[in-house]
Amino acid sequence: MEVLSRYEPLVDDFEAFLAACERSLPAVVRVNTIKAGVERTKRALDEEGVGYEDRKWNETVLELDTDKPGNTWPYFHGWIHGQEEVSSLPATVLDPQPGERVLDACAAPGGKTAQIAALMDDTGLVVANDNNLGRLSALRFNAERLGLTDVAVTRQDARNFSLKPFGFEAFDRTLVDAPCSCEGIIRKRPDTLDEWSLSHVEGVSGVQKGILKRAIQATRSGGTVVYSTCTFAPEENEAVLDHVLESEDCRVVEFDTPLESRPGVTEWNGEEYDRSIRKARRYYPHHNDTGGFFCAKLEVTG
Amino acid sequence: MSNDGQRFDRLPATDDERELESRATLEEVVGWWDERFGIGSEEFEEHTFWEKGAGKIWIAYGEHPSPTEIEGLGMKFLRTRQEHWKPTTNAVQRFGRVAKKNVIDLDPERAMAFVRGKDQEVEWDGDWGYLIAAHEIAGEREPLGVGLYLHGELRSVVPKGRRRED
Repeated sequence: MEVLSRYEPLVDDFEAFLAACERSLPAVVRVNTIKAGVERTKRALDEEGVGYEDRKWNETVLELDTDKPGNTWPYFHGWIHGQEEVSSLPATVLDPQPGERVLDACAAPGGKTAQIAALMDDTGLVVANDNNLGRLSALRFNAERLGLTDVAVTRQDARNFSLKPFGFEAFDRTLVDAPCSCEGIIRKRPDTLDEWSLSHVEGVSGVQKGILKRAIQATRSGGTVVYSTCTFAPEENEAVLDHVLESEDCRVVEFDTPLESRPGVTEWNGEEYDRSIRKARRYYPHHNDTGGFFCAKLEVTG
Repeated sequence: MSNDGQRFDRLPATDDERELESRATLEEVVGWWDERFGIGSEEFEEHTFWEKGAGKIWIAYGEHPSPTEIEGLGMKFLRTRQEHWKPTTNAVQRFGRVAKKNVIDLDPERAMAFVRGKDQEVEWDGDWGYLIAAHEIAGEREPLGVGLYLHGELRSVVPKGRRRED
């Protein structure tokens, strides 16, 4: 938890922030509308005696009153998938439309891929990419369990992603849910900060810049790129955006955010970032009882 | 032309277009679902069918270049190149709701045993071979997966990772 003290200047009510980081997360699932509607899923949970609570901002997100959502009929049928509440956010910000071509650049284990596919009614194409074979196998398992047919899985380094296998030149939208230092998932994995080091953060930041840059290049002019992480470190969030704003044709745009959030920071450790980065949003654990998260929406202009 | 386990090859539409003798055609694959379960070709109008690895047929939404060398394209759908073709659990869950025949309805106790991978003796007057096992949930029939019916016994072929363990 000591690591988090570096964020004291950024976070209001820092004591409440630390206290929230020590609590475990509620069991939250997303209803997979490709296989069943929200009402039918709720009826099945009722029949099994499993309680649930709605999330006002998204009807497909339910908190379940059980430690084992995997031991329910709706799970067996692929009607629900475990996904932390704030993790459901970036796909809604991406706002993919049926029939579009979408890249999920760092897709494993596939929760966000599946949500994107569901928002597209399992039409069009979602390319789910990751470079880790083990994690890709989890992604494939999840996508098939959820009954998705519009997902194509690739194993590439997202920094050099090639569209060659697909025979078209650009995606309509791309999600970069980047590999990160994962500080924000401390409520799920309390040991996540044990290995923390500034040099790791800086190293990951370099990878993130490379991935986001390539994502912007692979998306058509006028298209949307969403960048998200589950970390608080500005080095991995605002600094990455600042870097691509200089080198690529894109701009940061505002988005409606149903969860309580704070603007992206424009100053950190003596560095200054582009003013438009205030349009990015930071999500802290004590504001919505979720994990920590960062999300930015970019429009490709060139 | 040979079969390559590392890439997806689109199924030929009919026998006339077939270059690889052992490869199933689109007509045969879609025809099999109709013949076996009464699931008509209109259910698959927006999909294309692919082979990766000998006999493993995948179903994907829309058009893609053929061949395609990627890790996954849609979902595994049907196992061919063996005497009895076998649908996958995931395909039956996704497309099996509209089945008109060869569906065996299980009561709650049998449904739970089935998804735990248990084989059980059942009364069944219909065809032998691969059936869709279903149960009633939230007011409607819902497919659980694939069962193999032989000699008065329904064998659960729900893969290990897809079973209920509670």
